[in-house]
This record gives sequence, structure tokens and C-alpha cells, in this order.
Amino acid sequence: MKLNRRVNNLAPSGIRKFFDLVLGMKEVISLGVGEPDFVTPWKIREKAIFALEEGYTSYTSNKGLLSLRRALSRFLKRKYNLVYNPEKEILITAGVSEGLDLACRVLLEERERAIVSYPAYVAYPAVVSLAGGEILPLFCSDKDNFQIDMEQLEKLLVQRPKLIILNYPNNPTGISFTRPQLRELWSLLRRSDIYIVSDEIYDLISYDFPHTPFASLRGAKKHTIYLGGFSKNFAMTGFRLGFACGPEEIISAMTKIHSFTMLCAPIVSQIAASEALVSETEAHLMVREYRRRRDFIVKSLNELGLTTPMPQGAFYCFSSIKAARMESLEFASRLLYQKKVAVVPGEAFGAEYKNFVRISFASPLEELKTAISRIKDFLAAANKSR
Amino acid sequence: MDELLELLENNARISLEDLAKVTGRSQKEVASRIKKYEKKGIILKYKTLINKNKLREEKDKVLALIEVKITPQKDLGFDYIAERIYKFEEVKTCYLVSGTFDLLLVVEGKDIQTVANFVAEKLAPLNSVRGTTTHFLLKKYKEDGVIFEKTKGKRRLSIAY
Repeated sequence: MKLNRRVNNLAPSGIRKFFDLVLGMKEVISLGVGEPDFVTPWKIREKAIFALEEGYTSYTSNKGLLSLRRALSRFLKRKYNLVYNPEKEILITAGVSEGLDLACRVLLEERERAIVSYPAYVAYPAVVSLAGGEILPLFCSDKDNFQIDMEQLEKLLVQRPKLIILNYPNNPTGISFTRPQLRELWSLLRRSDIYIVSDEIYDLISYDFPHTPFASLRGAKKHTIYLGGFSKNFAMTGFRLGFACGPEEIISAMTKIHSFTMLCAPIVSQIAASEALVSETEAHLMVREYRRRRDFIVKSLNELGLTTPMPQGAFYCFSSIKAARMESLEFASRLLYQKKVAVVPGEAFGAEYKNFVRISFASPLEELKTAISRIKDFLAAANKSR
Repeated sequence: MDELLELLENNARISLEDLAKVTGRSQKEVASRIKKYEKKGIILKYKTLINKNKLREEKDKVLALIEVKITPQKDLGFDYIAERIYKFEEVKTCYLVSGTFDLLLVVEGKDIQTVANFVAEKLAPLNSVRGTTTHFLLKKYKEDGVIFEKTKGKRRLSIAY
């Protein structure tokens, strides 16, 4: 059968097979998970139950419940001093995934370029390609602690890209940017006519310094599509709820597609999300716990010789496996078979990252401890067999 | 509250090594802080939360919540009479509370009769005790933040981007 060329070209790979392997195996300790281990806080779940009991089972307006958009607008003002008009500049989406896709589709013309910084969450190159765009990869290196290489970026900007996708705190590296770092980045970007699609889904999960939304930088708001969500901050992945904030023209174009393809985000999720915005207490408790696990696992991995930069947000670390002298897919497969520990091979986030694995610490400390001791045994055995 | 105490309150068996890693302190420092807390009486004891519903030999034991109305004594207030009461071995917990009664006790006995006897023979006859109301505990759902019935396992995918 002849399927759409763009879809056909989307890369499946050895990674998919590896994932299937993990999913089919029992009693695996998984450090390969991309979502919180916490269940959604009860008061949010309770609100969802209440919504069902009250019979909230209909569509909402395309942009989402106005009450939720208003609550979100107030939340962003209070938290980041960011002002978005709830009626014109906010769209409630089915997860950040949808917002990201919409942003690329409304901005990119056929063969227009988009900068994607690597290592990259798998959806970025995919949505750019599906929208017909071309990817300009911006490689971040462990030598720079996975920060953005400004010289490399400057060279890419010469090719007049239409947009750049940023993601901080970052999946898979956990690296984030301080306000001064973001200012420096913006001062370079603002010289070219470029849109910033900023995926900040992990914003509340920041450990070392307060999160700065890109849109809050002076002069940046007009050029930024700010994507955020509830999945990670409030452990609500299954609710499928995110938001996009940006200039009215862009948001209404995104709403146009959204109204045809999604119609609206699920109403029960929207009602539950408005409860999430009432207080961040539960989110803070989760972040404290993640922080402890981060400190534990990063220290342990470095002690094992798997060099790991300290993540400043999210719940991932990106560890170098150079010491093990094998590539990431082999490393991950052998670790899975021999020790029943799952990690994500670095090449899932870009072919250049075969010397890394992504390790998620969204698991209880006891599990992390067991996993670390298994990795230790695994490395010892691997060294011996050489 | 010091994070160290918080971690210990949640898991008294956490090792010094883990405490050090998780709090970013040295093991030596962690150990000396704990010593200090023990000495100052901030850490009183390390205990284990046991689900006695699951122990056959403990199953028949009864717990009662007892409301006690008392007349405070001149110059001594509630403390004197509270001490007379909480020193009984049977009294596991004793709180002074506001509202329609004064002391709230948790009393343990091997059966209902034993608790009834304790109330009739030890508690009620005390001079300052004006009255008691006994509630026998039927089922524990949650204690110290821990839910007794484990909910079903989570359904997270074990690997995802």
C-alpha cells in the first residue's frame, strides 16, 4: 500500500524493538519511564469524579473552558508575571504534544527550516517533518554540560530558520537555563526573524533556580509560543491536558486546526486541571522527593564511572556510558537481559548520542537503590569479560 | 523541620549512607546530627507501623477511643490529672483537646471486657473525672498518613520517551 511519504519517512528503529522488548518483560526495574510515579493528587482526582457525577460530559468551546483559561491566566500572572488574555491568547490542548504539532503546522511552510536542539525529545523532529519543514540540528554536548553552543546557533541562524524549538528543563538531559542564560540566548535570537516554540512542560520541576518562561524575557513574548501542561507538574499524564499561549494571530490559527482535528480537550480533564491550579502544595512535595532522588542517583552514577551532569529540572539524567565501552542500544539491551533494569538508549534522542543513556528517577528511592546495585554488578561483569 | 527528621519520620531504617546522599551531607555530619536530636529528645524513638489486622494473635485485641471530662485542679490545671491517667499501661495515647470533653485517650486491651473494666475500675472512679464516653474501634483505614489497604498497582508503561 502506498502511504503518505512523510509518514513513511518517520524513523522507527532499533529503539522501537527495544521498547517492545521491555514492555514484554516482567519484573523489570524500569528507569526508562517518562512520567511521574506519583498518582495524580487526590483532590484533583476527586474533582474529576465530581465533574462526572455532576454530568459534565459534553464538548467545551474549542479553546477550552473559559473558566480554566482564566484560572491559567491568573496562575501565569501570579507565578511568572506573564500576562496572557484568556479569551484570545490561550488555547487548551490535548497535552503539550498537540500544542507542539499545531505550532509547527501553523508556522512552517513546505521546506521552511526549524532548529531543533539535540539531544531531542522524539516528537520534535517528527512534528517538524510532518509539517513539511526541514530540521536544522543544533547539537548540545556533554562537554558544554548540554548548554546551547552559541557559535553553532549563530551559524544556523544564517540559514534563516522560521522557528526554533526549545525545551527546558530538558528531556532527556534535565538541563535548564537560568534567566541570564536565557537573556543571552534571546539577544542572539532576536536579531533574526524567528519564532520560539518553547516547551516548558517540566517548569515546576526545577531544583536549583526558579524557572523563567522564555516569553517573560523582555520583548520575547511576541515571538514565543509558550507550551506548558499539567502532565508532569501535577502527575496528570493520562488526563492529556496542556496549553499553548502566544500572540492572538498564532493562537487563533492553532485553534482553527484544533477545532477540526481535536474539537476540544476532554471536559473532565479541564475541570480537574482547574483544581490543580488552585494550589501547588502537592507539586512542591513531589519536587522535593524528586530532588532527593536526583541527589542520590547522580552521586551514585558518577561513583560508578557513568559521568552524569547534575540535572536542574525534570526527572531525567543523561549519563555517559563511555566507561562501559559499548554503544547505548547494546548497553541497554544487555542491562535489560542480564540485570532486568531498563534505561533508554541515548540514540533515541539523536544518532549522535550513542554514548549516553537516559535514566529516569521517577521511581521510589528503594527501587533506584536496587537498580544502582544491579548496574554496578553489570559494569563489573562487563569489565571482567574484556 | 530539618529534612533529616522528615526522612527518618517516614523511614526509620534508612541508612546513614542514603541519608548522606539524599541530603548532600557527609555521613559523619548526618550521624552527629541524629545523635544531637536523640540527646535533645527531639527523636524519641524509632518505631514500626504494623498492620495488626493481619496478625491472628493480635486480631482479637481491642482499641478504644475514650473521651474523658475532667475538672481541672487548682494550681495544677489539667496536667496533674492527665499524668494520673496516662501513666496507666493501658493508655497508649493521651491528648488534651478543646471542645465538649477534655482528654482523648487511646486505650488497648485484650478484649472488650478488659477495656470496660479499666474504665469502670481505674478511670471513672478518679475524683476529677466527671464522665467518660467509650468508642470501640472497628476498623483502621489510615494511620500516621499510611493507608492500610494497598491500592492496586500502577499502570505506568515501563518505558517511554
